[in-house]
Amino acid sequence: MTSRILIAGFGGQGILFAGKVLAYKGLVEGKQLSWLPSYGPEMRGGTANCNVIISDEPVGSPIVDTPDVLIVMNLPSLDKYEKAAEKGAKIFVDSTLISRKVEREDVDVYYIPATKMAQDAGIPTLANMIMLGKVIKETGVVSYEGMEDALKKVVSARKANLIDVNLKAIKAGYDFK
Amino acid sequence: MVVFEKPHALCDVPLHYCPGCTHGIVHRLVAEAIDELGIEGTAIGVAPVGCAVMAYDYFNCDMVEAAHGRAPAVATGIKRALPENIVFTYQGDGDLASIGMAETVHAATRNENITIIFINNAIYGMTGGQMAPTSLPGQVTQTSPYGRDVTTAGFPIKVSELLAALDGPSYIQRVAVNNVKNVKQAKKAIKKAFENQVQGKGFSLIEVVSSCPTNWGMTPQQALDWVEEKMIPYYPLGVYKDKTSEEGEK
Amino acid sequence: MSEKVLMKGNEAIAEAAIRAGCRHYFGYPITPQTELAAYMAKRMPKIGGCFLQAESEIAAINMVYGVSSTGKRVMTSSSSPGVSLKQEGISYIAGADLPALIVNVQRGGPGLGGIQPSQSDYFQATKGGGHGDYHLIVLAPASVQEMADLTAKCFELADKYRMPSMLLADGTMGQMMEPVLLPEESDVTVEKPWALTGTKMQREHNIVNSLYLKPEELEKTNFDRYERYKQVEENEVMYEEFMMDDAEVCVVAFGIAARVSKNAVVEARKQGIKAGLLRPITLWPFPTQAVKKAAEHCKAFVSVELSMGQMIEDIKLASDCQRPVVLCNRAGGMIPSPEQVLESVKNVAGGKA
Repeated sequence: MTSRILIAGFGGQGILFAGKVLAYKGLVEGKQLSWLPSYGPEMRGGTANCNVIISDEPVGSPIVDTPDVLIVMNLPSLDKYEKAAEKGAKIFVDSTLISRKVEREDVDVYYIPATKMAQDAGIPTLANMIMLGKVIKETGVVSYEGMEDALKKVVSARKANLIDVNLKAIKAGYDFK
Repeated sequence: MVVFEKPHALCDVPLHYCPGCTHGIVHRLVAEAIDELGIEGTAIGVAPVGCAVMAYDYFNCDMVEAAHGRAPAVATGIKRALPENIVFTYQGDGDLASIGMAETVHAATRNENITIIFINNAIYGMTGGQMAPTSLPGQVTQTSPYGRDVTTAGFPIKVSELLAALDGPSYIQRVAVNNVKNVKQAKKAIKKAFENQVQGKGFSLIEVVSSCPTNWGMTPQQALDWVEEKMIPYYPLGVYKDKTSEEGEK
Repeated sequence: MSEKVLMKGNEAIAEAAIRAGCRHYFGYPITPQTELAAYMAKRMPKIGGCFLQAESEIAAINMVYGVSSTGKRVMTSSSSPGVSLKQEGISYIAGADLPALIVNVQRGGPGLGGIQPSQSDYFQATKGGGHGDYHLIVLAPASVQEMADLTAKCFELADKYRMPSMLLADGTMGQMMEPVLLPEESDVTVEKPWALTGTKMQREHNIVNSLYLKPEELEKTNFDRYERYKQVEENEVMYEEFMMDDAEVCVVAFGIAARVSKNAVVEARKQGIKAGLLRPITLWPFPTQAVKKAAEHCKAFVSVELSMGQMIEDIKLASDCQRPVVLCNRAGGMIPSPEQVLESVKNVAGGKA
C-alpha cells in the first residue's frame, strides 16, 4: 500500500511538523517514506505545504501531485488542492478556519473543528496534531499505537515536556466523531 | 668572513623584476625576517597575481599561487587547516585593494592570524602600467592618459587608514623602501608582522610604498625621488594600528 | 549497529562529509542549501573542525583552495548563482590538481532565477564551468541515501584522481527527508606528498600552482591531466538500470527527474509499453557505453530534465544519433509529472519520435 499525503495551510500552523510526525511514525514502523516541504519565502506567513509518501514499496517520485490523503487547514489550500485530490481520496478540513464545504462528490470528506478544539483545550498551537489524530484514525496510514515513539524523535530533547500535550491533541483528534 | 649573503629563505634563482624595482628589496626583507625568526620550515607563502606572481619560485618555503585578489582567502584556508604554520601573502595594490578588497577587509576583520605584505606602487605593473586603486590624483597611466581624474575615477584608496578603522586587525603599518633609513624601518616592521603571527597575535599588514620605474616612465633614481616627493606625502608612513603593544593604537 | 534516521538531503551531505573526514567547510548563505551550512556551523566547532561563513562565494572557494593545498579534505556548498561565482576558484583548483568537494543544490536560472529545484547547471557542471580545459567528477544523487553515500564517494574520487568533484543535487533532494543509513566514519588516509605542510627544512619546497608561462609546459600539464581523465572515464562510470533488459523506450534521467521517471516507467509497463530507465549516477564521466548498449535494442530515448535540454546532447553523442532522442522537460523550478513523462514515452513508443 502507498499513501500519498498532502498537508497544506498557513506557515505557522505546524504543517511541516505534522508531516514530520507522520514520517517519523512511518520510520518507526519500518515503512518506506519521503517527506518533502515547500520552501522559500512562502514559509514566512504565506502558505506552506508538505508532501509525505508512506509505502510498503520504495518511494518513486517524492512529489504528491494527486494526493489520496489531503489535509487542509486554510481556505486557499482547499481552493488550490481540492481538484488535485485523487478520486476516492480522503480530505480532512479544519472547519474552524474553512467555512465552505468540499464541492467534489467523489471523495470522502471529514470536517474537524480542530482550531476551535485546540483553543478550547488550552492548546491553541496544536490544531495540526488534532487533524493528524483524525487522519490516523480514518486512513490507517500509520498506526495509532506507539505515536509517542515518533514524537520522541521529532521533538527535541529540550522540548520533551511537550510530548504529552502533543499526544493529548492526537488523541482528541483520533476520538473525534 | 662572510660579509653579505643571500638569505636562506630566498631561492638561488634570478628574479625577473625590472631594474630599479623595489620588489627585490622587499623580497629580501621578508626572507631575512623568515631566517631570523627560524620559521622557513613552517612557513607557507601565498603569491598573488601581479608582478610578484612568480614569488612561489623565489621563496624557499612551501608556496601556493592564488587567483587574483584571493590570497587572503587562500591564506585563511591554509591557516585554518594548519594553525601551527606561519602563513603569509605577498600582494600588490591591484590584487589587494581592487579585485581583492573584500578578501582583504574580511581577513582583517576576522583578525586571521596571518601576515600580509602589501606592495603599493600606485600602478598595475605586470599588465603594463594601468591605473591602480592607489594611483595618485593626476597620475598619468595607460588607462588614465590625461591623469587620474578623481571626479570620474575616484580617489586613491589609503589601505592602511582604511583597515586601521576596523576593530579586527592587530597590526597595520605603512613603510617605504626608497632610502636606507626607510628600508631599515621596513625590515623592522616586516619582522614584527611575522613575530606577531608566531605569538598568535593576529592579523598584521605592512604596506610598503614602492616604486615602479618602468611603468612610471622614470629612471630608478627619479622613481625613488617620486616616492619621497609624491607618494609619501599622500601615504604618510607610520603605525596605523597596534593592538599588540600596551600603548594601544595611534 | 547503526540504524536508519530521517534526515534532510542537505543535512545528510553535511553529516556524510564529516564522517568522510572533512573538517573544513566554507560557504555563503543561499537557498535552497542553507541547512547544509547550518549543520556544519553547529557540528564543526564540537569536533575540532572549521566552519567559516565567508564574505562571498569567491572567498569561500578560495579558502577551499587553501585548505586543499595542505592536503586536507575540504568542501563548500552553494546553489546555482553561488556556484557561478565559484567557477574561477574551481578552475584554479582543477589547474593546480587539487582535490575538493563542491556541492551544488541547483535552483532555477539564469540570473537570480528562482529558488525552486532545477537541473539547468548540467552543462556548467559537466563541461568544465570555468575557463580552461578541465573536468569535475560530477555525481548526481537521486535519494537522501545517495546524498550521503555519494558525498563520501566524491571525496574518495577527488583524492584518488587529484581533481575537484561536484555533488550535483537540486532543491528537492536538498529539502526532502528520507530514511538514511549514514556511512561509517572513514579513517582512510591518502598519501599527499605534494601537500603544503611546511618544508621542516627537510625537503625542497612544494609549490601549488596553475601558472605555466611556457606554452609547452602548460600543454603538457593539460595532456597529463587528460590522461588521468581517461582513467576516470574507464573506471568510475556509475549508473542504474531499471527494467532496461527488454526495453524498447529508454528514459534517461538523473536526480529528481529519475524519481519521477521511475513512476512513469512502472505505469508504462502496466499499460504494456516496454519502457526502461537509465539513470546516470556519474554525469561526468557520462555512462556512454550504457547508452550505446541501450541504443542497440531501444527504438528511442526520452531525456527527462529540469532544464531546456542539456543532458540530451550527451545522449545524442553517446548513441551517435542512431536513435531519436526526445526531450521531456520543465524548467525554471518546475518538475515534470509522471504523466508528462508517460505521455512522452507513449508518443515515442507509438512512433511519434
